[in-house]
Amino acid sequence: MRNGALPKILFVFYLVVLMLPIYWLIKMSLQSNTDIMSGLTLFPRNPTFEKYLEIFNDPTWVHAFGVSLSYVAINTVISVAVALPAAYAFNRYYFIGDKHLFFWLLTNLMAPAAVFAMPFFQLYYAIGLFDSIWAVVLAHCLFNVPLAVWILEGFVGGVPREIDETAAIDGYTFPSFFIRIFLPLIANGIGVTAFFCFMFSWVEQLLATTLTSTHALPFAAVMTRAYSVSGMDWSLLAAAGVLTMIPGAFVIWFVRNHIAKGFALGRV
Amino acid sequence: MTSITLDRIAHSYGGKPRLESDYQLKPIQHVWEQGFAYALLGPSGCGKTTLLNIISGLVIPSEGRLLFGDKDVTHLPTEQRNIAQVFQFPVIYDTMTVAENLAFPLKNRRLAKPVIDRRVAEIAKMLDLTADLNRRARGLTADAKQKISLGRGLVRSDVSAVLFDEPLTVIDPALKWELRSKLKSVHRALDLLMIYVTHDQTEALTFADKVVVMNDGRAVQIGAPADLFYRPEHTFVGYFIGSPGMNFMPAGVKGNRAEVAGFEVRLGEIYGDLSSDQSVQLGVRPEFVSVTSGPGLPAQVRRVVDLGRKRLAHVLLGNHPLVVRIPREMEGVGDVVNISIDPANTHVYVADVRVQGRAP
Amino acid sequence: MIDKPVNNRAWFFVLPVLGVVLFSSIIPVMTVVNYSVQDTMGANSFFWNGDQWFRDLLNPATTIGARFNDALFRTLGFSLACLLIEVPLGIALALCAPRKGWAVGISLVIIALPMLIPWNVVGTIWQIFTREDIGLFGAALVGIGLHYNVTQEPISAWMTIVVIDVWHWTPLVILLSYAGLRAIPDAYYQAARIDGASRWAVFFNIELPKLQKVLVIAVLLRFMQTFMIYTEPFVVTGGGPGSATTFLSIDLDKIALGQVDLGNAAAMSLVYYLITLTVCWIFFTIMTQLERRGDV
Repeated sequence: MRNGALPKILFVFYLVVLMLPIYWLIKMSLQSNTDIMSGLTLFPRNPTFEKYLEIFNDPTWVHAFGVSLSYVAINTVISVAVALPAAYAFNRYYFIGDKHLFFWLLTNLMAPAAVFAMPFFQLYYAIGLFDSIWAVVLAHCLFNVPLAVWILEGFVGGVPREIDETAAIDGYTFPSFFIRIFLPLIANGIGVTAFFCFMFSWVEQLLATTLTSTHALPFAAVMTRAYSVSGMDWSLLAAAGVLTMIPGAFVIWFVRNHIAKGFALGRV
Repeated sequence: MTSITLDRIAHSYGGKPRLESDYQLKPIQHVWEQGFAYALLGPSGCGKTTLLNIISGLVIPSEGRLLFGDKDVTHLPTEQRNIAQVFQFPVIYDTMTVAENLAFPLKNRRLAKPVIDRRVAEIAKMLDLTADLNRRARGLTADAKQKISLGRGLVRSDVSAVLFDEPLTVIDPALKWELRSKLKSVHRALDLLMIYVTHDQTEALTFADKVVVMNDGRAVQIGAPADLFYRPEHTFVGYFIGSPGMNFMPAGVKGNRAEVAGFEVRLGEIYGDLSSDQSVQLGVRPEFVSVTSGPGLPAQVRRVVDLGRKRLAHVLLGNHPLVVRIPREMEGVGDVVNISIDPANTHVYVADVRVQGRAP
Repeated sequence: MIDKPVNNRAWFFVLPVLGVVLFSSIIPVMTVVNYSVQDTMGANSFFWNGDQWFRDLLNPATTIGARFNDALFRTLGFSLACLLIEVPLGIALALCAPRKGWAVGISLVIIALPMLIPWNVVGTIWQIFTREDIGLFGAALVGIGLHYNVTQEPISAWMTIVVIDVWHWTPLVILLSYAGLRAIPDAYYQAARIDGASRWAVFFNIELPKLQKVLVIAVLLRFMQTFMIYTEPFVVTGGGPGSATTFLSIDLDKIALGQVDLGNAAAMSLVYYLITLTVCWIFFTIMTQLERRGDV
């Protein structure tokens, strides 16, 4: 909220610098491989969409994109749904072990994927979920559920307790109150939480590739295939990379107002 | 110490208002006199907060001039206007102690430390904050925090007006009365111009010397609390002030008589022949309609309401509903009783505006 | 001031969360613990090794100990460097970001873009971007005369990973700070104007205190993520040159999968995990202290 031209200039400068690597990727996706390797150019000489067409026409790519979108979407829904009652409980009640439970949840948020990759591999193999989207859905719950609880708890705290009490006096049953009155009040928070869950699941690669092999290969794993024997297909990689940015961009566009409305994750 | 003048101030958020309904604040001409306590009273959306924001500088009016004394401050930024403002919720600096909070405006103006300390002690004493001066402001109750907010405004000796935007909203009901009395005693001690926005008539009528009643962007009546009660100039004032509000009945008025539902009501003043005007209404407060054992107008009691301090009867005069003040013992739902309407406190309204008659 | 009722039936509300996370967390951890106290001669024959793995690990004199030590300090240094850049930068940019109008939506999308890219793609982008022959970054740095070579110069590699992380994750700090700033009611700014406060005074007395909670979260998340960083350095430098950018996660991965040294890897995993737990506990305590100080 500084006034004057300087903040605006700095901000725009930052946006430009931020976009440079992304622009580079887009540029490369529109060039052929020979074009890329032939030297440094700021603009593609003969822009072509052939790599995009290649991806769209290849069932492996398309299937992989669907797989990625599926497990991310399912994971987001499950994480938010499971976290909502828990966030409510943590904020509104004291119960035995509540602080310890919350702390333990946080530690899972911080769990290094590298530590869990191998055990997960064995676990999901043992229960037959290996190479299915459900393995990834559940594995990503490890960090997304605590994150969702954490964020939502802050938003639940922003709703005055009087509203709960009034609803009780007015004769609402708890489920009815929760769904018809409470949820709309934290719609903002749900939007923000869904965004972060989507984001962290979409970008996580180590677990997603470790737990899948052929049927449920996520998009990024197919990308590593582009590192083929005949040398790097940079152009294809770039096109695939550009495509991976699009779902995320959509999601944040949809929740932009929720973020702009502001949240402090606690009392202001 | 100055007075504040609203010179044809009006505001519309859009660009060019053509109809009256485009205005959030319809043109108003008024002088807020120095040393007085005013209340801006009205329902939500009536424009009182807009008016307050124009005075404080948060909003620049689309029309008109704002004068502090003789100075045109319409476009002057807030920090140069020498006003203080207390908001709906306490606005304090969390990281500072109470003393530091109070000293902050003076520190920013680079006054000498002994001057600052003296002033802070003075204001703290006036607001009963002396005991808490070295406590973190964050840990105090809401009413103490509001006092700190007020104190920050008062600590500057050049402040010419204090603006209150529904300051008791988050205060515990038990403490509201105390804080209100404190505000009044501060007003008397400092003789400052104070403007207090509220939708609660009790707050307004107990705090203010003069009340500006607003509705729908317009200042409907400006007067002392007694005037608003005994002589509402507008049906809205009659309805909004008083609990319950004024009774209104369509009537045909001629001379010193009015015809209501086929019955004749005597009036306290003499009017012209308004019998053909469809918008004529008679207004009388429930406090001035009584049940009598002698002659009167027949009214059927529909409902009796006991409010503790007083009892009210909802009656029907012909087919016009009226609310009547009744004594403690009276019952009789369904009965027909005689009511008497006090002519001295009966007013005539044409198109919602009061008409003054001749004295008899 | 806060009077939460005690209600142990609330446990029903948290059961789903508990179940899901338990499944994902306890069982794998048990596996790791299991491995960390056993030795294997290959092909499923295990025998008890006690705490030997741990002793070796934490003793800088052993090869495994030295390696762990190096990786640990390397990672801590990296975390610190990233935090020192990203937090002030993120806050500053959040202060400059637009508040009203069409620019808000566009800005938020652009800001968030780096975070929405799968991490291996981030690695790939920078793999190309840092090459002096086909990448703008590499070409520019070499062009102004620096000895920049990601695959061969340790300093280049280090600096590059830091730049990548700053590019990738400053947006998180920006978004959190921005949201925190937008939650501050206008009345505070209005009051500060009336009080004659300077822009710096507004920042230190109003904005920064009100950002405390989001900043604690931002710092915690960023510390943890930098501490666990894996994909980006793996893709861009492979951990090299030499071991210049071999951070803890990469080292762990090499030991576990590369050398099939499950015991060492498991022990290392647990120590790694314990470190993150400790840091987490510290932040948790800070957070609850902040929470408590905000009450009457």
